[in-house]
Parts: sequence; C-alpha cells; structure tokens
Amino acid sequence: MKDKLNKMLEKYPAAVFKNRKEHIIVKEADSEQPQSITANTRTVPGIITNRGCCYAGCKGVVLGPLRDAVVLTHGPIGCGYYTWGTRRNKGRTEGDELNLLNYCFSTDLQEGDIVFGGEKKLRQAITEAVEIFKPKSIMICSTCPVGLIGDDINAVANWAQKEYGIQVLAFSCEGYKGVSQSGGHHIANNGLIKHIIGTGERAVGKYSINLLGEYNIGGDGWEIERVLKKIGYDIVSVMTGNGTVEELKNAHMAQLNVVQCHRSINYIGEMMQTKYGTDWIKVNFIGIKSTMKSLRDMAVYFDDPDLMARTEEVIAEEFSEIAPIMEEYKKICQGKTAALFVGGSRAHHYQLLLEDLGVETVLAGYEFAHRDDYEGREVLSTIKEDADSKNIESLDIEPDSTHYRVVLSQERLEKIKDQIPLNYYEGMMKQMKNGSLVVDDLNHFETEELLKILKPDIFCSGIKDKYVAHKAGIFSKQLHSYDYSGPYAGFKGAVNFARDIAMGITTPSWKYVIPPWKTQPMLEGSLIGGK
Amino acid sequence: MLDFTPKEYVDRSALVINPAKTCQPVGAMYAALGIHKCLPHSHGSQGCCAYHRKFLTRNFRDPVMASTSSFTEGAAVFGGGTNLKTAIRNIFSIYDPDIVAVHTTCLSETIGDDIPTFVMEAKVPEGKVVIHANTPSYVGSHVTGFSNMVKGMVKYLAQNSKTPNGKVNIIPGFINPGDMREIKRILKAMGIEFIMFPDTSGVLDAPMTGKYDMYPSGGTKIQDLIDSGNSKETIAFGSFASADGAFELEKKCKVPAKVLKTPIGITATDEFLMAVSRLTGKEIPQELEEERGQVVDIMVDCHYHYHGKKVAIFGDPDVVAALTEFTLSMGMIPKYVLTGTPGEAFEREVRGMLSEAGVDGKVKSAGDLFTLHQWIKEEPVDLLLGTTYGKYISKAEDIPLVRIGFPVLDRSVHSYLPITGYKGAMRIIEMISNALLDRQDRDAADEDLELIL
Ligand code: SF4
Repeated sequence: MKDKLNKMLEKYPAAVFKNRKEHIIVKEADSEQPQSITANTRTVPGIITNRGCCYAGCKGVVLGPLRDAVVLTHGPIGCGYYTWGTRRNKGRTEGDELNLLNYCFSTDLQEGDIVFGGEKKLRQAITEAVEIFKPKSIMICSTCPVGLIGDDINAVANWAQKEYGIQVLAFSCEGYKGVSQSGGHHIANNGLIKHIIGTGERAVGKYSINLLGEYNIGGDGWEIERVLKKIGYDIVSVMTGNGTVEELKNAHMAQLNVVQCHRSINYIGEMMQTKYGTDWIKVNFIGIKSTMKSLRDMAVYFDDPDLMARTEEVIAEEFSEIAPIMEEYKKICQGKTAALFVGGSRAHHYQLLLEDLGVETVLAGYEFAHRDDYEGREVLSTIKEDADSKNIESLDIEPDSTHYRVVLSQERLEKIKDQIPLNYYEGMMKQMKNGSLVVDDLNHFETEELLKILKPDIFCSGIKDKYVAHKAGIFSKQLHSYDYSGPYAGFKGAVNFARDIAMGITTPSWKYVIPPWKTQPMLEGSLIGGK
Repeated sequence: MLDFTPKEYVDRSALVINPAKTCQPVGAMYAALGIHKCLPHSHGSQGCCAYHRKFLTRNFRDPVMASTSSFTEGAAVFGGGTNLKTAIRNIFSIYDPDIVAVHTTCLSETIGDDIPTFVMEAKVPEGKVVIHANTPSYVGSHVTGFSNMVKGMVKYLAQNSKTPNGKVNIIPGFINPGDMREIKRILKAMGIEFIMFPDTSGVLDAPMTGKYDMYPSGGTKIQDLIDSGNSKETIAFGSFASADGAFELEKKCKVPAKVLKTPIGITATDEFLMAVSRLTGKEIPQELEEERGQVVDIMVDCHYHYHGKKVAIFGDPDVVAALTEFTLSMGMIPKYVLTGTPGEAFEREVRGMLSEAGVDGKVKSAGDLFTLHQWIKEEPVDLLLGTTYGKYISKAEDIPLVRIGFPVLDRSVHSYLPITGYKGAMRIIEMISNALLDRQDRDAADEDLELIL
C-alpha cells in the first residue's frame, strides 16, 4: 500500500508532494508513537478540493437550520442562493409559529454598494424583513466582499436591535476566513453562546439534555428525538436542526450536552462547560451498535436505575423491530468495502453503520476536520496555532455568575470518566483497522487514483465526486445529502441506509455498462472444418 | 408552504427574497466547460468554486471539475497573485488540461486583482493556454458570467488569419447540452459547416463507459475557437448570453454578428433556419420542414389542451423571452414573465410581445420569486413554467410546474433532451399539455373523468 501511495504522491510537483504527504497516513499496528496527521491547514491553490468556505460553515451549517430567524446573507446574490434549500435540514412548526426554512434572504449587493458601501442597503433590507415577516431575530451573515469594503455589520445590527426591539446578530463569516467551513462553525458557535444561550428561563424536566451538532438532515434529528423522548429525556434544545432561537435561549438549563457532530459544535460544548458547568458527552447515533452505546452512555451519566432500565427496554424494543430486515440487507452488503470522504464527523460515524452491515472501510477522510477529530482530543494541547486559525476569534469564557452549577460531583465524574466519553472525543482513527487509509482534505486527483488503487465497492462522499465514481463503475452514496433519502440515524434510520446501499450496489443498471458487442464475438459465419 | 408570504404586495428596494438568479462565476464555469480539455478555474475563496460545482453537478448529474485559488485572509488583503500563479503551475502539472479558463469572484474583483498580468507572470507550459474573464458577482447574473466567458474565448483565441473557412459560428447561449446537440443536428441536416462555442454536449451529458475521463470527448476544440475568426458570420442565440461574444468577434475579426432569439418554439426556430439558409444559400431540407409540420399539426390538433390558459414564466432572460413567444403562439396567456437577471431590454422585448398579442401581463427583470408569488396570490395562473425553485410556489398555490431552464435539480433527463428546434417545441407542448391534463384528471369528479382527451 505504501508503495502505491508513494507512486501516487510522486506525480505531484515537489511543493504539493511535501504538503500532501502529511495529510495521508496508513493506519499502522501498534506503532510506538500514536500516528499523527496534518489537518485544518490551507489547501494548496489549484488543487481541486471539496472544501467550502467560512460562510458555508456559519450560515450554511450552523445558523441555516434555525427556522424562526431571518438569516440574512449580506453580499452579492450567489452565496445566499446556493444555501437556499440545498442542505436538507428539515424543520416543521406547529400552528402559526414562524418557519422561514424555505425562504432565502439576501441584500444582493450591486456594484454601487461595493463602491460606496453596503450598510445602507443592509439597513433597508432589515427594515423590509421586519415589515414583512416580523421575526424575533435576524442574523446577518456577511460574504467575501463585505469585509473588504468595510461595512460595519455589528453597528447595523445594534442599530436594528434598538430600532425594532428584536434580536439582531452579526456574523462576520467572509468566505476567505480560515481554511474551510470550519472557521465558520466556530464563528457561529461564538455568536450563539455570546448572545443567545443563557437568556431563557424554561423550567426543565428530569434527564434534560441538549442535542448538539445534529442538523436534522433528512430527518435524522427527528428519529433521534423520537427514541430519546421514548426513553424519557427532556430535549431542551437542538443545535440546530429544526431548532429555534427561542429554544436555544434555554440551553443552559439542560443538565447534559449530547454531541453528535464534534467538529461543528464542540466549541459550544466546551464553552458551556466552562460557563454553566454543563458536561458534554460524545455520542454517535449513526449505526445500530453505536446508537445503543450512546444511549447507554447517556444513562450512565444520569446514574438512575429507572433510566437505565428504560433505556434497555427501548433498545430491545427498537432493535427487535429492525433486526430481521437488517439481516436481509446484511446478506447483500457483507464483505463489501467502502471509502468514505465526508465533512468533519460522518466519515467516522458511518464506518460504524457500515460495519453493522459487514462492510469494511478501507479509506476514510474528513473535508474540514482538525487533528482532534482524527486523533482524539488528547492532542488538542499539541496543535500549533497558525495564522489562519488565529484569525478566527477564540472566546475567553468565564463561569456565569448566576447559572454556573455543578451537575455531577467530582467523585462521580472520576468514576464514570473511563466508562463513557465524557467531555472527550476519541477521534476517528483509533477505531480504524490497521492498513486502512486516512486522508485529510482528499482532492480530486487523489480520489481518482485511490479509487483505482483500492477499488472499493462503495464510495461515500458528496455531490461533487459522486458521478466521478459512477463513471468509474463504483456506486457512490452522498453522505451530505443522503441522495435525498433518510433519515439514516438511529435504529430505523439504519434500515433506510441499509436499503439504499443494497439498492445502489444491486440495481441492474450496472450490468449494462459494457455493451454486449464488446464482449461477444460479432462476426457471423461458420468455422472452416467445424468445431 | 411559504406560509409567510403575504398577499398584500410590499415594495422592496433592498431585500431580495427567493432569488431568480445567481452570481456570474457559475455561468462562466459552465461556458468554460464547453471547451474541450478545459479546466475552469475560480479565482477567489474555495466556497465559490464548491458552490458552483455543486450547482452544475446537480443540474447535469455529471462530474463538473474546476479548481480554485483557495484564498485565505492573506490573499484577501494582499491580492491573489501568488495564489493564481501557484494554482496555474499546479493545475497544469497535476490535471494536465489543454486550457485553463480563469474567472473571478466578487472577492478578487473587489480587491482588483489584475488577472492578465498574473497570467503573464505565471509559468504556462508550452502549447497550453490560459484565458480569463472578469465576472464580478455584484453585476448582472449567472447569464452575464456566461456571456463574459464567451467574450473571453473570443478575446483570447479567435483570430482572423485571412483564410476564410466558409463556416458559420454558432454561440448557443446558456442552454443544456441536449439543446446544443439539437442545434448541431439541425445544422448538419442543412449541410452547413459550423463552429459552435461553447459546446457542452459530450462534456456534461457524457456516456457511462465504466471508465472515468476527466476530459470527456465533447467541447469546442481550441483550434476551432481560433478559427472562429475566419468564419462567414456569427449567429448568437440570445441577446443576454451570446450577443456580446458575437460583437466582440465582429470587432476583433470582422466576422459579422447576427443576434437571434434562442430557437425555442416555432417562430424562433423558423427564424434560425431562414437566417442560416439565407446566409449559406443552403435550402431548408424536407426533413426539417416535415418536423415543423408535425409540430404545427400537434398545435392545431391539441390547442384545446392549453389555449387560453394563464401561465407564469420565470428564469433566464433569453429562454424566458423565447418561451413567452412560444406560449403566445400556442394561444396561452403569459400573465407573469419574470427574470432575476437585470435588463431593461428584456422588459421591452417581452412587453412588446405581450402588447402585440393583446395580453395584459406583468413583466419584470431583476425580479425575485417572492414578487412572482405575490403576483400569483393576487391573481392566480394555471401553470408555472420555470426552474426547480418554482416548486415552493407550485406547492403553496397548488399550481402545476413545468420545469424548464436553469437549474432543474429535482428531475432528471432534462439536460439530454432539447427544448430548442422543432423537436424541442414538440417536447415543450407535450410537457405543458401533460401537466395541464394531469391536473384536470386529478381534479375531475368521477363522472367527469374523461378517458379520451
Ligand atoms: S462569494 Fe461572490 S462569487 Fe462567490 S459564490 Fe458568493 S456571490 Fe458568488
């Protein structure tokens, strides 16, 4: 494998070779030093990367799913347009509660605004949004040119807040900040913790939690919530799938933060721990075994025999419902191999669901993860800050004078910390098989080459390389949008995923790729002398 | 669905809600893909390139390759020269295209990056080409970007070498590969030699072979782009997407330019055939006259499926203008005609068509779908004709939607089949007629359900 990798890398010009080789490792057995990968660094210009930008992480990922806010893109039309309805973060409301998920709002800056400044237009746009939709909150997200023309979106937000008596937040998430979507997640996290979380006072029930980093793609969040509610959890807020600003305000009241996507929301997890004393636990509701484990880990945190018993009951009930059908799909999928290249969590999460189906992951990589997502949070202190990461503000958080509290005693924490991933994420690599490949910021060239080298049966990635794989005869499953299917989370979601994978690899169309005349003799005639 | 769109019309001067256009670079990227062995390059932040590739991939369901200058904060402050030069070096050595077509983004435009100078300073390998177009996203729309990249092709490549080639240049405009194929088929049927640019057929409707090819066989050859300066005349389909390129060629190489409507519908296709026939002296063959006759036959026989129905048309200006003309010729009433692309000329042209037909309709350029929805709430229509984004209104108001234009993200095969030429006209009639009749059947009382329609 190493030889093949080297051969691939050698095709790069020297500087690119030097850069890329640090982003690729072969997982090794018992290497003395834990293996280390380079991540969250700039993509080399000219490389066909899958990465997006800061705005995509802030507006597209974290803020976009909030259904009761006018998320207003301040910039030329493109960015707002591309994030309109394309991510599949579902949401629904009861009664006449505001739901703006099917709307796209933009200031559509024109040449004159770029020359003379866009603040006036932004103010007017807010005025119009307030008049038409009467929202309780507006979130301004700026795009590339806004930072350069010097629009003070914070000042506009302050003005609007006073003028209209609603909450208006400004997010300076210009596309060039940071090195990927990741910077945008952080900026959005900062805004939510600074201005929203901690401003509500809802009384919470027993086993109260927030679900962090769950964006309800294809209804994942709903499926997870269904199971959690069945067990008896009080879900105070979801960040941010089908979420609302109103719910988020109460997040500090919950006893535990449950983190699904570590990359995009770990900042809030950490900051809430410092500010409110709320512990967080890393879960993974993708995959059957991992869903079971996550539910059990949560129950351990609350240390309540009733909750544990109920958890086991629900697990048994849910599992018995899906086990027979999963077995059927497993028969189809067993023994296949998969390559995964997705965002900042799914490349890890889906390995476990694939494993449930008997599919081995031979390559996994993240688009915008940091080293801790690969190697575990223990490496956090060794990650060197570079110019790009320094450009994203890191907040100094202090314990909140009124809302900070201790949920679990130190003694209890000590006791369970080895049992459950408490305030900790182990990263993706530990669970991976020896000999498998880990590639950070996989690019087009490497995708093409590695598909040839590894010949996986399934390539799980996004829309930009889906059809590259298909053209090469490899079934590709989008793990950002689920190819418009889902939910894939939890027990029932696992069945949907299994069905879709089985369908993709067995659909008869693959049989027709090579025309029959390419494989059958076409000359008609009799052989002289017979057979 | 869209429950918070009020019926009362609200005047807006700043807030765009549910846009009917996107930004320039994606059009430039699409145009560049219509050159054989071309890698489009987005000079700006990574996000733009990612968004544009996604937009195009979703529309065509085929790989869309493009590279980016991957701006970071430093580049945004000091300019993207180093990024572009590094990018060009890497692109040629890793991806080996014949040509790189650079377009800008709102970021590099705001900074004022001087692309030609950067390209001059870059190490472009012998025999390889880099062209560029300025595509500021705060001007015009994706259609403008397409037009600018076409102009870029002419500026950089077309040459009049005083060796007339007797060919006709065709600039097809922002249409699907299936349409480009259809236009080529028509020209071949007429026995006309032509150079079409850009030409995304064979690139974005490439066949499945079991082998991925980064540069599929389609696309205009660089040699042909150079030779376009020796052609007899240029026919540009669509004043928004294609005219500028044609005029640039006229200016640069003295190739006369003729701007026609995108050949959608009977009249526009007639005009196309007559124009090339007059120009080349080639007769319009029986084969095409027969196709025309078939379309008219269908129109006469089935007019009662759609005659008198009110339709709202929205999308890109060239396509929407042609569709307006065609629906009028079908006896329909284009009640609302809207494009997101700014342009007085569009409003003038479409208003002219409506007034000539005695139709009282609303026309708007630089509009958005929120406006269209409000109009519809005021007075409904029977049919929506436009992009996938119309589906929200379609559901909210329970009005059937026929998907035409860019983008169509929720249906497949559209990019392979034409809406242009007589065959395309036939297909549009079928789509419109089916949509309306499906609706009639769905709504019919049991006793009124007609077996034959
Ligand atoms: S940053 Fe500008 S060029 Fe890029 S997608 Fe947004 S509007 Fe378009």
